[in-house]
Amino acid sequence: MNTQDIAIRFSELNSYQGFSFDCQLIPGDTDVLQVVVSDYEEIPVYISITETQILCISYLLSEDEIVQEKRGEMMELMLEINIPMPLSSFSKIGDKYVIFGALMAKSNFEDVVHEVITLAENSVEAISALTDYLK
Amino acid sequence: MSILNKILTAFRGGAREVGESIVDANGTRIFEQEIHDSKTHLQKAKHDLTDVMAKQMQSTREVNRLKASVSEHEDYATQALDKGDESLALEIAEKIATLDADLAQQESALTTYSGHVERLKELVRKTERQIKDYERQLSMVKTTESVQKATAAITDNFAGSNSRLVGAKESLERIKKKQQDFDDRLKAAEQLQDETVDKSLEDKMQAAGIGETKDTAASILERLKKK
Repeated sequence: MNTQDIAIRFSELNSYQGFSFDCQLIPGDTDVLQVVVSDYEEIPVYISITETQILCISYLLSEDEIVQEKRGEMMELMLEINIPMPLSSFSKIGDKYVIFGALMAKSNFEDVVHEVITLAENSVEAISALTDYLK
Repeated sequence: MSILNKILTAFRGGAREVGESIVDANGTRIFEQEIHDSKTHLQKAKHDLTDVMAKQMQSTREVNRLKASVSEHEDYATQALDKGDESLALEIAEKIATLDADLAQQESALTTYSGHVERLKELVRKTERQIKDYERQLSMVKTTESVQKATAAITDNFAGSNSRLVGAKESLERIKKKQQDFDDRLKAAEQLQDETVDKSLEDKMQAAGIGETKDTAASILERLKKK
């Protein structure tokens, strides 16, 4: 499955477990698919595919949104909630904190949809948990 | 240095710039070439292994045949001696000596082949592990690159469309507000539903003359007449 395949499948999918999806291919050196889950429009999920895995990433916050004195404490909290948070993990790309889920390259479309929904839900949970550390 | 350390060093050493390559394309190509070479080696080692294993089997068969032949001839020699034919016995003994020499040669060949097989099997195992390890490392480098490129594409897309990445708190508030709106609407709908149910029940009761019945003109007239 490549990003185009996933884009087509998403556009054919009217709704899944009460969610609807809106997706858009972002051109660049690597194809990236932006998937917007209904009710979670503010936090899109970005899908990119490598030889070994399908990566689904949501951008949570930038470094400059964090109260600097509480930064260490926030990181510790992120580590602590990493395991309880189903299927997703925290990471950092450049100055952006993200959550992501990695699927095997040969996962089926249902797995991807499930991952995208979980990621959108987890993003909201994660930001809620971190608001005390934000400006 | 482990590949993760290399990636981290590249990050710290100024490759933080989004989209900048972690390991230059040349490095990745060399890596891919190494994997390709290892796979060629593996193929050759496996080919050699099958060759040597075939020779080992032939050798084992030959050793068994010679052993059988030796014991067979020893039997013949004994029979010749029993019959008192000393010269035939001697001739058979000479044959046994030749067979023994062949056997010794075959046995030593078998030991050599078995040694080869062991070494080649070990080589195949090691090469397979090595390839797996190379592939895992290459995948780490490629994933890092892919994520950086993806981030660059996303950032460019935002810059191009004039929309900005909304702050986390604001996003959260908007999503929560939407959920609240939805909940409110759901509650309102439920309330409406309840009211409709109550209303229809009331209507039914009214029709059946149960509960608070409304005065009708006829009932009022009836009451007035009774006064």
